[in-house]
Amino acid sequence: MRKVIHRSLSRSFLSLGLIVLVAFTTSLSAQEGDPAKGKSLFNANCAACHQLDKKMTGPALRNVEARLSDEEGLDREWLYAWIRNSAGLIKSGDAYANKVYNEFGGAAMTAFPQLSDDDLNNILAYTAEEKKAPAAPAAVAGAAQTADTSGGISNELILGALAILFILLAAGLYLVNKTLRRFAAAQNIELDVETGRTPLWKAFVQNQFLMIVVAIFFLLSSAYFVYGYFMQVGVDQGYQPVQPIHFSHKIHAGDNGIDCKYCHSSARVSKTSGIPSLNICMNCHKSIYEYNGETSPEYPKEFYDGEIKKLYAAAGWDDADQKYTGESQPVKWVRIHNLPDFAYFNHSQHVTVAGVECQTCHGPVEEMEIMYQHAPLTMGWCINCHRETNVDVKDNAYYEKIHEELSKKYGVDNLTAAQMGGLECGKCHY
Amino acid sequence: MSSNKKYWKSVEELNENSSIVETLKQNEFVSEIPTDEFLGDKETLESTATTRRDFLKYVGFSTAAASLAACEGPVKKSIPYVVQPTEIIPGVANYYATTVADGFDFASVLVKTREGRPIKIENNNLASTNGSANARVNASVLGLYDSLRVQGPKKNGNSISWSDFDAETTKVLNGLKGSDKQIVLLTQTYASPSTRNLIADFKEEYGNVNHVVYDAISESAAVEAFQKKYNKRGLADYDFAEAMTIVSVGADFLGDWQGGGFDAGYSKNRVPDHGKMSRHVQFESNMSLTGANADKRVPLTPSQQKLALAKLYSLVTGNNVSVNGLPEAVEAALKGAASQLKKAGSKGVVVTGIQDINAQTVVLEINEYLKSKAFSSNSSLKTREGNDKAVAQLVADMNAGKVGAIIMSGVNPLYTLPNASEFAEGLKKTELSVAFSMKEDETSTQVQYLAASPHYLESWGDVEIKSGHFGLTQPAIRPLFDTRQFQEALLIWTGGNGKSYSDYIKVIWNEDILNGASFNQALHDGFFVSETNELDDIDALEGVTDETEEEVVSSGAAAQALASSTNSNGLELTLYTKTGMGDGQQANNPWLQEFPDPITRASWDNYLTISKADADDLGLSNMHVANGALNGSYANVTVNGVTVKTPVMIQPGQAKGSVGLAFGYGRTSGLKEEMQTGVNAYALYQNFNNVQNVTIEPAAGEHEFACVQLHNTLMGRGDIVKETTLEIFNTKDKKHWNAVPVVSLNHEETPVTSPEVDLWDEFDRSIGHHFNLSIDLNACTGCGACVIACHAENNVPVVGKTEVRRSRDMHWLRIDRYYSSEDSFEGDNEKKDNISGLGSSLSEFGEMENAADNPQVAFQPVMCQHCNHAPCETVCPVAATSHGRQGQNHMAYNRCVGTRYCANNCPYKVRRFNWFLYNGNDEFDYHMNDDLGRMVLNPDVVVRSRGVMEKCSMCIQMTQKTILDAKRDGRQIKDGEFQTACSAACSSGAMVFGDINDKDSKVAKLKEDNRMYHLLEHVGTKPNVQYQTKVRNTTEA
Repeated sequence: MRKVIHRSLSRSFLSLGLIVLVAFTTSLSAQEGDPAKGKSLFNANCAACHQLDKKMTGPALRNVEARLSDEEGLDREWLYAWIRNSAGLIKSGDAYANKVYNEFGGAAMTAFPQLSDDDLNNILAYTAEEKKAPAAPAAVAGAAQTADTSGGISNELILGALAILFILLAAGLYLVNKTLRRFAAAQNIELDVETGRTPLWKAFVQNQFLMIVVAIFFLLSSAYFVYGYFMQVGVDQGYQPVQPIHFSHKIHAGDNGIDCKYCHSSARVSKTSGIPSLNICMNCHKSIYEYNGETSPEYPKEFYDGEIKKLYAAAGWDDADQKYTGESQPVKWVRIHNLPDFAYFNHSQHVTVAGVECQTCHGPVEEMEIMYQHAPLTMGWCINCHRETNVDVKDNAYYEKIHEELSKKYGVDNLTAAQMGGLECGKCHY
Repeated sequence: MSSNKKYWKSVEELNENSSIVETLKQNEFVSEIPTDEFLGDKETLESTATTRRDFLKYVGFSTAAASLAACEGPVKKSIPYVVQPTEIIPGVANYYATTVADGFDFASVLVKTREGRPIKIENNNLASTNGSANARVNASVLGLYDSLRVQGPKKNGNSISWSDFDAETTKVLNGLKGSDKQIVLLTQTYASPSTRNLIADFKEEYGNVNHVVYDAISESAAVEAFQKKYNKRGLADYDFAEAMTIVSVGADFLGDWQGGGFDAGYSKNRVPDHGKMSRHVQFESNMSLTGANADKRVPLTPSQQKLALAKLYSLVTGNNVSVNGLPEAVEAALKGAASQLKKAGSKGVVVTGIQDINAQTVVLEINEYLKSKAFSSNSSLKTREGNDKAVAQLVADMNAGKVGAIIMSGVNPLYTLPNASEFAEGLKKTELSVAFSMKEDETSTQVQYLAASPHYLESWGDVEIKSGHFGLTQPAIRPLFDTRQFQEALLIWTGGNGKSYSDYIKVIWNEDILNGASFNQALHDGFFVSETNELDDIDALEGVTDETEEEVVSSGAAAQALASSTNSNGLELTLYTKTGMGDGQQANNPWLQEFPDPITRASWDNYLTISKADADDLGLSNMHVANGALNGSYANVTVNGVTVKTPVMIQPGQAKGSVGLAFGYGRTSGLKEEMQTGVNAYALYQNFNNVQNVTIEPAAGEHEFACVQLHNTLMGRGDIVKETTLEIFNTKDKKHWNAVPVVSLNHEETPVTSPEVDLWDEFDRSIGHHFNLSIDLNACTGCGACVIACHAENNVPVVGKTEVRRSRDMHWLRIDRYYSSEDSFEGDNEKKDNISGLGSSLSEFGEMENAADNPQVAFQPVMCQHCNHAPCETVCPVAATSHGRQGQNHMAYNRCVGTRYCANNCPYKVRRFNWFLYNGNDEFDYHMNDDLGRMVLNPDVVVRSRGVMEKCSMCIQMTQKTILDAKRDGRQIKDGEFQTACSAACSSGAMVFGDINDKDSKVAKLKEDNRMYHLLEHVGTKPNVQYQTKVRNTTEA
């Protein structure tokens, strides 16, 4: 891996109050380069190992030039030499180069001979930018919240006004009715009083035919619901348990477009898709220590950063020292997709052989902030798919003969899994 | 018109004043029915507030509550690795090659592991020596998960740490360094070059060290005879694949004779090829697996065997040896055998199991005379190094106080020594006693230090199985407990500088064995064959210093000495080992306990086998009881004042005047209660002689056997096990010896295979795979490796002795054993065909139920036949069993409601019903009721629950996996890729599995073979399991 041989600023130097000098040099270099160009160059070339404010594989680089000249008396030329060929500099016996090299575990930094002086100046300009205040995102979130609430109020207002209107109307009608009756009484007009007809419900009860029809209807509909209830027993569609670490598939598979099988690699070769071991997470999260994507009021940045901390604790990663402590704590995930023991399912058959998309069964995982069970995972659901799905036989020597013979037998070109024998009991139950 | 007759119930009614009549008029029963009594305590019943209605309410509520609670699924946790090992993919099995070397069984095997857990032992087909696992080796994986394993070192029964153990033992050992007391290492046969070196280091370090190798079941006579003749210590190595005429005198070479592993070679020539097959004559006293497979078997008592061997020697070599006292029939058989041997010349071989140095020498001489290719004096088996004399001397030394420290490994002398009490006394006189053991067994509980040792699947090791053929043992799992193997301890005692035993092996191998070959390759293969025949220092084995005490006998003298050895008058006992239990190391293994003995078909027991004639004389009997199980008398067996009480099993074929008793049973220490079965035969194993003169007296009581086959004969139904002789096979047309049964259609005889006589339309099975399993009754020796392999692969539960007695055994695969009632099965068929009339049928069928005194024996593995027209499928009310296009009869356990119609309708009786929940049920305390024991379960096969039917699935999980692997690779499947657990475990080549739609496959060719037939073909079930007719080589002279 690549490394830069710069020492992070030690606290003693900070306290020495040499910031004044630093400021001078900073402003100088800032004038020489374009921070915007520098940022894109930094992200393309340096960000794999460096951050501005955090020690990673290599040291933190905020104000690196200033610090170097203050603390070590090294100028920009030294930096050029280092970035373009750090190994050469170390070999030449440069004291500070060797010091940094050893401090970061003897990992050499990749040489960047292709970067011109301008490029380097741009990058240094970017590193010399002042740190931004982190208050902005919170403010944005707050604003969004107020906007939401104002929308709610306006709806309620309309509804409230309508309700009042209706009440007024009803009251008006009642008053009118009352007044008219008073007039009638005053003028001795007799109002027709309805004679006692059989009430509707009594008539209904007395009508046996209706009763039977209703009873049948009632029984059938309750049977329907009872059946429905029993059929969903053990079907955990939509099961969305709280996990020990809030892992967002939306961020990983959706926003960042990471292939499912990067983490669930055993889905290719095994019957289980495999829950990735923590070393897979750490492949990326060694350098991704904070969340910088979109946030919501429910899940602010601090929340996600906290979850990454949980991962570090589980994997035993000391983020400050950038090394493993060896004190790991396996994560006890809650299993979402549970097939009963008597049903055999093999991921590799579907993923590798058939080329079925993960989403076919697992749903829009890339949109799931919290993972849930998308499919019912019932036998009927399996069989339905086996009936409808054509087997992908292209370029697979295994299928050549059987496909030819079966297509002849069924007189079709494309065979479904069912025609291949995919509905036989023993294919899944043994 | 109604009758006016009055019916009297009794004379009492004549007496008008009788009170009884009056009472009876009022009450139906004379005395009141004691309902309260059988309902329980009357008072409590009356005082209790719970009425019957309340009770029903409670039952109703609790049932409803339970079913409601069941609607909520449990929360399952899934815990991935923190750092996943690169070689492990969850759900994909890994295989490692390793070598078993437990002192009794030596074999190169593959270990199948899932998620890091070893779950099955398979044959290492690459290995050139002992690459096949027998039933015990197959079952050994379960020993890893034995809940009674010792989990850490102990001192006088209390746990200590290894560091304390080291400090304390080293102190005593150092104290003994200069003294005149010995330090004794008493070990099993390791046959390990590295261990030998380590022990040499240990000797150097401590000086007065005596290494005694102890085999519980001795082959000393054979080792010494070989040593005397060829000046090398080892066992003669035989390759039966090179032999066309085999004469065995008391050698159970298909069993555990000389360490076993000869069956694969033997079976090669048992299958008639171009009209030729080997001829095998067996002289023996007990009915052994080998005798059962022989073309001709002559029952002889052990003393007669000696005479017979001497006679055979004189007949073959022409050296005159005077032999008297052999019956004429035996003489004739010997003459025939001798002439066949002479005719076969270098293709002939003679072996013997008589533990007598003269007998062993005679055999070596005959084989040399024949220049037998099946035998080579250059190569020898190293798997039995035990020295009886040294062990006897050790016991004497211990009691004389000459032994300061004794360190034991892989041995259990307090169980296996006949003079165990003397050994125990001697043990008390030592300053230090250490036992390396996996169990708190008889010995390890009596020593000061119990050093918990690992299972071989957790250990490193190496072994030289035979000259130049090396095997490597590597761990397939990290040690489950705080254990340490013997060799690691030796390294520590010799100050090994923290070097591990694996490093040590690597050094030894690179220096002495590999000759520059790659260690990693050897580790990958699990074995290595050295070009430079053998290790130099092998001759200089310890403990053989007394070898030259007897002078080398000259040719013919050994035979003469053998002939004149004393003849015994009384009953002679031959101690033997059973296929399942061996020497008894794995007595706590429920698979092996429930494994039915191939000959007697009894499980969970050992017993005295005795001939019918002797049993009648002594008043001993076997009887069937009302529930169909077998009971037997007890007998007191006395050898030189030591008496054991054993149950008696009447054994057809047992030589009159002889009895047999198996080792390995009667253990009590370190075993679950259920496994403490049988009697300890080692008590009778005096002077390491497996033949003893005994007196037998009937004893009181009746023993209950758990025997899975009670009907011993075929009753002349020759179409079940089809058999013919080599002569008929070679000269006559198929229809004479393997005719397809016919049925009458329009008064014409039509073969049952014809579609016209079929009730069903034939389904087109020509597309895709169509699996068939072929079983060659000629190659099958009945060894039972397949039974255990099936157990392991398919999570078949163990049900225990009482359940087996109720015929509720769960074996998916059984090996039926049939005896002939006449002298041959041919005779049975004739007798049945000649029965006419009711009288004759009643008497003669009755006679045919009894096996002959020396019957012919046939083995027939039977599993689900996967009928294309399956009777079970048509009767299932819920369609739980159905047919697959690939020929397999599927069983959907989750669909089964347990009506058992299918089992009733199955003509082969291969379906098994789960009467209980065997998994996680403490009533069945075997291995599936604890977390450790359940680790052996195969995750690809469901564990069946109570109330469902189960049966052989033709290992559909294995065929499906093969298909999936091919699909993933995008390739066709080659012949031989498809396997079932049984066919993969079969080292004799009797079981061949494959796809008959692949016309070039072996099984497709076997299906067209003339010997092919289906079991009960006339039923018209069209099975997908085929059998190959058994051919016996009855050529005399």
